[in-house]
Amino acid sequence: MADGMLKVCLAGLELANPTVLASGVLGYSAEVFQRVEASGAGAVVTKSVGVAAREGYMNPTVCQVRCGLVNAMGLPNPGIDVFVEEVARAKALLSVPVIVSVYGFRTSEYAYAAVRAASAGADAVELNVSCPHVEGTGSEVGQDEGLLAEVVREVKRIVRKPVFVKLSPNVADIASVAEAAVAAGADGLTVANTLKALAIDVETGIPVLGNRRGGLSGPAVKPVVLRCVYDVYERVNVPIVGCGGVTSWRDAVEYFLAGASAVQVGTAVATRGLSVFAEITRGVAAYLRRKGYGGLAQVVGLSHRR
Amino acid sequence: MSGYRIGANALRVTRICRVVDEGAGVKTFTLSDKQCARAKPGQFLMLWIPGVDEIPLSIMAASAGKVSVTVKAVGEATRALHALGTDAYVGVRGPFGTCFRLDGSSAVLVGGGTGVAPLRFLAQCMAEKAVDAKIIVGAKTRGELLFVDALRSLVGGGNVVAVTEDGSYGVKGLATDQLEMMLQSGSRLSVYACGPELMVHRAFELAEAYGCQFEASLERLMRCGIGLCGSCVIGKYRVCADGPVFTGDQLREIAAEFGHFKRGFKGEKVPV
Repeated sequence: MADGMLKVCLAGLELANPTVLASGVLGYSAEVFQRVEASGAGAVVTKSVGVAAREGYMNPTVCQVRCGLVNAMGLPNPGIDVFVEEVARAKALLSVPVIVSVYGFRTSEYAYAAVRAASAGADAVELNVSCPHVEGTGSEVGQDEGLLAEVVREVKRIVRKPVFVKLSPNVADIASVAEAAVAAGADGLTVANTLKALAIDVETGIPVLGNRRGGLSGPAVKPVVLRCVYDVYERVNVPIVGCGGVTSWRDAVEYFLAGASAVQVGTAVATRGLSVFAEITRGVAAYLRRKGYGGLAQVVGLSHRR
Repeated sequence: MSGYRIGANALRVTRICRVVDEGAGVKTFTLSDKQCARAKPGQFLMLWIPGVDEIPLSIMAASAGKVSVTVKAVGEATRALHALGTDAYVGVRGPFGTCFRLDGSSAVLVGGGTGVAPLRFLAQCMAEKAVDAKIIVGAKTRGELLFVDALRSLVGGGNVVAVTEDGSYGVKGLATDQLEMMLQSGSRLSVYACGPELMVHRAFELAEAYGCQFEASLERLMRCGIGLCGSCVIGKYRVCADGPVFTGDQLREIAAEFGHFKRGFKGEKVPV
């Protein structure tokens, strides 16, 4: 994977390749991050961590549907004051960037979690303003441009590391939200989180997930999120990380062409296994060579040519 | 040795076809499910109790389109399952995870509590393949001993050792004490274990000390069952996708966690 063509610089973060472990997947322990790195990921994002610990929702928390998964984990996490130990251990064990995802029920909670993560050694933070199934945080922040801007500004004011904002696709105009985040100081955008979704069992007539409502990920959302990336790219000048149904090198290249500089992989870890990172990287490298490009940067946003 | 790809493993809703009361708050539930009926010993399934919870369960038997799981009522989900009878709807995903591997040599199976369930499945498989197997079945007290008669008819009465901590049946003491005596006698045995983690850990230590092949099925909090959510991580492994059956070599790699701590609902470390 030490292929210079695949190097990416994301708001100051140096990635050896453009595949990133998405937040919420694996994500609790340094040993697992180390294995994800060994499997070929260019960076890792932790589970979303807040000020107070959360148990998350009752199972089922994941339900397989055609072409994807509907999930509502409910942000289970041990709380940032405990999790900082894991961040520090991850930094000691890994050489790829460690990005800590944080959420809050108030602006000050986002800020506290982000500061604690950064001082524990996180290379960057990703603000979860897009979880679609926990009241009072996530997409409730990401759907309100004023509140989102306030959160981003406050975190940027006190955190000296790159701040990524993970946008919600469950909005009328994602490009407008993206502009608001960037105007408030976001160094990069992750586009996007899961789409609001539901799964019902016909025999019992009840929603399958413990939380009833959830979010859809996987191949089903890729064309939707690809459009989000395409729209956002035309309106902002910060790096975009595509996140939605990336399963193969072809999906990744589509995201690059739409304007993403890197991609996050989540659901495909279950469907393809941990080897998915190396498979995507190999395929992207072969594509760049076959098409005669000298580096990944040359294809980013190429589909916007007319 | 991994199970089925999740691409073909969405939730199936099916009816319970049979419930057997095993005594001491333990019941065996049999369901119709073609996919799980092809499970191998050691694999597990995710059982959805509609509107309540979805939990991982070791498979106790699988054949002819049916799969059975043996469950002790210990929490909200298992109590709700115990309240269900024949014809009630449940959901099933699986079979998931790794299975026990037979290396052909003589074997000793060590089970504690409901941990005996997947070992009964393994013993049946060994009996069919004419593998010489001894089984140590442990419990706190007589009423909690599982499957002793069934195992005797499977592998022969002389090959089953029942052990109770209070001495109310069989040998008084711990299952692992009996294991140590067998290994001390010089028998070259492959050791298979499932049950309370401290018992499994002791069995592992003994297998290591006597240079025996070792495999154990581990238990952790599980949510997705498909290697995604990270709830069941132990060291660098996911119990749902890289286990639940681990080899002695793998257990050595995760010595810092195995037998010491697990993770709770918040992802926090709690002592085993």
